[in-house]
Amino acid sequence: MMIHFVLLISRQGKVRLTKWYSTYSKKERSKVLRELSGVILTRGPRLCNFVEWRGLKVVYKRYASLYFCMCIDPDGNELEILEIIHHYVEVLDRYFGSVCELDLIYNFHKAYYILDEILISGELQESSKRTVVRSVAAQDSLVEAAKEETGSTISNIIAHAAK
Amino acid sequence: MDAKSYAICFKPSSSALKRSNTTRNWYRVAKLEQLKTIGRELTKGSQGGFYQSKEFLDLVKSIGEARSKAEEDRIVLSEIETLKRRISEPDIPKRKMKEYIIRLVYVEMLGHDASFGYIHAVKMIHDDSLLVKRTGYLAVTLFLNEDHDLIILIVNTIQKDLKSDNYLVVCAALNAVCKLINEETIPAVLPQIVELLAHPKEAVRKKAIMALHRFYQKSPSSVSHLVSNFRKRLCDNDPGVMGATLCPLFDLITNDVNSYKDLVISFVSILKQVAERRLPKAYDYHQMPAPFIQIKLLKILALLGSSDKQASENMYTVVGDIFRKCDSSSNIGNAVLYECICCVSSIYPNPKLLESAADAISRFLKSDSHNLKYMGIDALGRLIKISPEIAEQHQLAVIDCLEDPDDTLKRKTFELLYKMTKSTNVEVIVDRMIDYMNSINDNHYKTEIASRCVELAEQFAPSNQWFIQTMNKVFEHAGDLVNIKVAHNLMRLIAEGFGEDDDTADSQLRSSAVESYLHILGEPKLPSVFLQVICWVLGEYGTADGKYSASYITGKLCDVAEAYSNDETVKAYAVTALMKIYAFEIAAGRKVDMLPECHSLMEEFLASHSTDLQQRAYELQAVIGLDAHAVESILPSDASCEDIEVDKALSFLNDYIQEAIEKGAQPYIPESERTGMLNISNFRNQDHHEASSHGLRFEAYELPKQTVQARIPPASLASTELVPVPEPMYPRESYQTTTVPSVSSDAASTELKLRLDGVQKRWGRQTHFPSTSTSNSTSLKTVNGITQVDGSNTANSRTRETYDSRKQVEISPEKQKLAASLFGGPSKTEKKSATGHKSSKPSSHMVKSHAPKSSMEVASEKTSVQQPPDLLDFGEPTVKSTAPSLDPFKDLEGLLEPTTQVSSAVNHSSTAAVTKSPDIMGLYTETTAGAHHKDSDILSGLSNPPMTNMVGGTTTMQVAQSSKGPNLKDSLEKDALVRQMGVTPSSQNPNLFKDILG
Repeated sequence: MMIHFVLLISRQGKVRLTKWYSTYSKKERSKVLRELSGVILTRGPRLCNFVEWRGLKVVYKRYASLYFCMCIDPDGNELEILEIIHHYVEVLDRYFGSVCELDLIYNFHKAYYILDEILISGELQESSKRTVVRSVAAQDSLVEAAKEETGSTISNIIAHAAK
Repeated sequence: MDAKSYAICFKPSSSALKRSNTTRNWYRVAKLEQLKTIGRELTKGSQGGFYQSKEFLDLVKSIGEARSKAEEDRIVLSEIETLKRRISEPDIPKRKMKEYIIRLVYVEMLGHDASFGYIHAVKMIHDDSLLVKRTGYLAVTLFLNEDHDLIILIVNTIQKDLKSDNYLVVCAALNAVCKLINEETIPAVLPQIVELLAHPKEAVRKKAIMALHRFYQKSPSSVSHLVSNFRKRLCDNDPGVMGATLCPLFDLITNDVNSYKDLVISFVSILKQVAERRLPKAYDYHQMPAPFIQIKLLKILALLGSSDKQASENMYTVVGDIFRKCDSSSNIGNAVLYECICCVSSIYPNPKLLESAADAISRFLKSDSHNLKYMGIDALGRLIKISPEIAEQHQLAVIDCLEDPDDTLKRKTFELLYKMTKSTNVEVIVDRMIDYMNSINDNHYKTEIASRCVELAEQFAPSNQWFIQTMNKVFEHAGDLVNIKVAHNLMRLIAEGFGEDDDTADSQLRSSAVESYLHILGEPKLPSVFLQVICWVLGEYGTADGKYSASYITGKLCDVAEAYSNDETVKAYAVTALMKIYAFEIAAGRKVDMLPECHSLMEEFLASHSTDLQQRAYELQAVIGLDAHAVESILPSDASCEDIEVDKALSFLNDYIQEAIEKGAQPYIPESERTGMLNISNFRNQDHHEASSHGLRFEAYELPKQTVQARIPPASLASTELVPVPEPMYPRESYQTTTVPSVSSDAASTELKLRLDGVQKRWGRQTHFPSTSTSNSTSLKTVNGITQVDGSNTANSRTRETYDSRKQVEISPEKQKLAASLFGGPSKTEKKSATGHKSSKPSSHMVKSHAPKSSMEVASEKTSVQQPPDLLDFGEPTVKSTAPSLDPFKDLEGLLEPTTQVSSAVNHSSTAAVTKSPDIMGLYTETTAGAHHKDSDILSGLSNPPMTNMVGGTTTMQVAQSSKGPNLKDSLEKDALVRQMGVTPSSQNPNLFKDILG
């Protein structure tokens, strides 16, 4: 298992997304969140983007006010994980169109769908951004189709106007 | 396996033009799609955009604005109540239900219990509409672990969905398979997943591979017959599927290298093709050809080439090529370089490659980036195993890292030092480790570093004196954290000496131990484990050299027992030590006068609630009443190392038994001949499975045949082979039973170990209690370390600064000394010049670190100097200068908005001047300064060529981008929408709108 869990934490310590690939009980999860946000949010700039934690390593990167953290085994390649994080952020950016924290707050389920196309059971599943975005778009198109049937006419008008 | 065919598949099939066209088209479509969505959301704004109801948006908003955890909890709890009520109403429309489930996911994500809704999520996956099903699958994968009871209700649906015509349904089901299918249910879906390996859609094949990989991790035997399928998929047309196949192959090869040696050529050939850019452009990442696949392949090659000269020789060329081709200015390039170093240090050594690796390491170490230094230190640790001399070139860099304020880097450096410890440098290294250990509060790491100190001290101790002192330091500061075995080892070492047949040295060791312990006892609070050692040593050797009188030692022991009156283990050790002292006195023919405090102590113990203490006290009383001869044979002095012969057959009882039988008693029936009794001997044996079969079984049915086979975990293979496949049982049970006895066997092994110690030999009962002492000793020391750290930070940077400034002239003698003692030689002059060159660069920021917030000019200078070479970090300086002062919900720090914004604006403009994208950055400044929170899309604005390439690569593309760029429309719409929802105290939380990739 390459990645044990993925966390998105805001600078205020608010949880934006959690995905657990290894098994953690509810109690352990909140403990992990508490401990790690304590460690990571207090780290100064310019230090390593890695933290050793309970014999594992947590790789984190800050994007604006949001920290993306991934926990890996001690023998993992930290730089690679940093790039996996960045890969995820780039895909998010493509999907939402200059993604901001608010996008993720209100559309966390979409952030999950995208993550599910990038990582699966803790391993990198797809490293091509285009493939990821396409497969998420394919799922969305079905959703769109379903919406379209019931959607209001005004939305169609606006959609046309936007074209 | 035909690697050639693979090459053909990967021939760049489309021309560059065609590719860019498709990209552009795709992009246009995506952009339109997005506009459409926003339009739709706008129209629905009043009822709540983003497809969610006002209620949910309000919930998210109020949680966002909660000022304390308590307030947040209150909001969430009331939400749970609402959901509980709503979700059980009859006839909820699907759309509404979908939203409830999403709300449940949100509640769970915040750490609350939403288990009441799990069943509804499970119901959702049964739905025919993919839209609803997808939400259901998302929720169950987030809610449930693989051992949840509801899984059994899901398996059926998964089976059905795996057969669906719609590949998206299959994909959704496969995602769930990866997370939820457990050992028991693997057989239920396995055949279908194997079929899916040939599915026309690559997304399905890829996920099917990943699912099989997951099965392999859970139960290797379940997929062991599928290895050929993995090999076949390695030649899949789709690079994504091929890349995914590397995951299971990596695990398979880790467990059994030799079966896959034939694949070396194929892997090398694939890696070569990847490095030669023969994969589709879509797999390029920041101008590197498929770096993630390269990394995975290098990991596999490292395994295959390990101590195999022939296999390694096949790899040299390609690894050498990658070393040359890697772009060391990008982060991903360095990630691949690091993996190359790992590979080179694992395969059969090749001088040329080692040289390249050493070069890469020195680049890492000389870098200004902490990340790269960290990787460099790690890589150095790998390479010194093969070429130890390489460490010497980097001695000053290593010492710099050791003194760095960054804890992570420091720890990594300690790890390196640990690996390169020799008898010549052990003193310096262990001293440093202990100093560091004393300065931190992280118990987990403290334990680790303490055990490393102990290990190094035991292995390389230059003298007994030093050893005892070092152990004292370790115990004093981390005594409660170290394993109890360490204490037992120490006692044994003091008892046995260092193994040489030199009695005077041994007694010197003991005397110095006694002396130092008597001294240490003056300290106010000592860890329990350490006190046990002290008591034992004082009991055995306190009076041995005649320097201290019995009454002095016993007085000290009584003090210990009184001072630590709530620690029974320590008290027990103290009583036994007292008994030994008195016994030695009696045996030596001296008269024993019990101290008054000792008397009162004994009275207390005789009435103690602890039977253990009581017994010890009674034993003490009894011993004191005996004559010298008897005492001598019970407790001979300095005999802790003598073996005790145990008459296991208890032959001395024969007469007694004979007598009893003659009187009509039943003769003894050996255990094995008795029936209907629990087989005790088995219980302690390794085969826990057998033992567990005697327990109650709650399962109604036994498993089908295949799972029995699948059940056997790899670790217990050896032991289960001894068992004639005893009983099919559920894996969960086997899991529990294997863990429980492993604890007991662990305890058994410590008991075995303990018997080697003098104490245990003589006083058998003691073997039981030391194990308890560890549990009570793990109290957390929570000290607020923030101020401390700050202090050390500045102090450190100050010393660094002086060091740096001096280094340009000459390396500080202190550091030279340290280097000499660590690396065994004074630093040479040519190295000095190298580091001098290095120090010239960071010197400007060294000045900075003194006055972090002094002035704007300095700040801009900082960013200009420190502009990281890493293109990923291009936006970092801006983020760093603004973000810390701005706060979306403004709940933690009450920072004043206007001032921070002005300062951030200035910062921006100054940064903009130095970075090469003045126009866009200027625009950004404008928006922030004006306190209007539009998205300033830095990504699109940056005229960073690699980045642009990554997104599209053609001019039209750039046009499209710049229209996306500052994208007023987009951001205005977003802003308007959010205002409509009432989430926007916009002047206060600009960060929420900030492009996070910027």
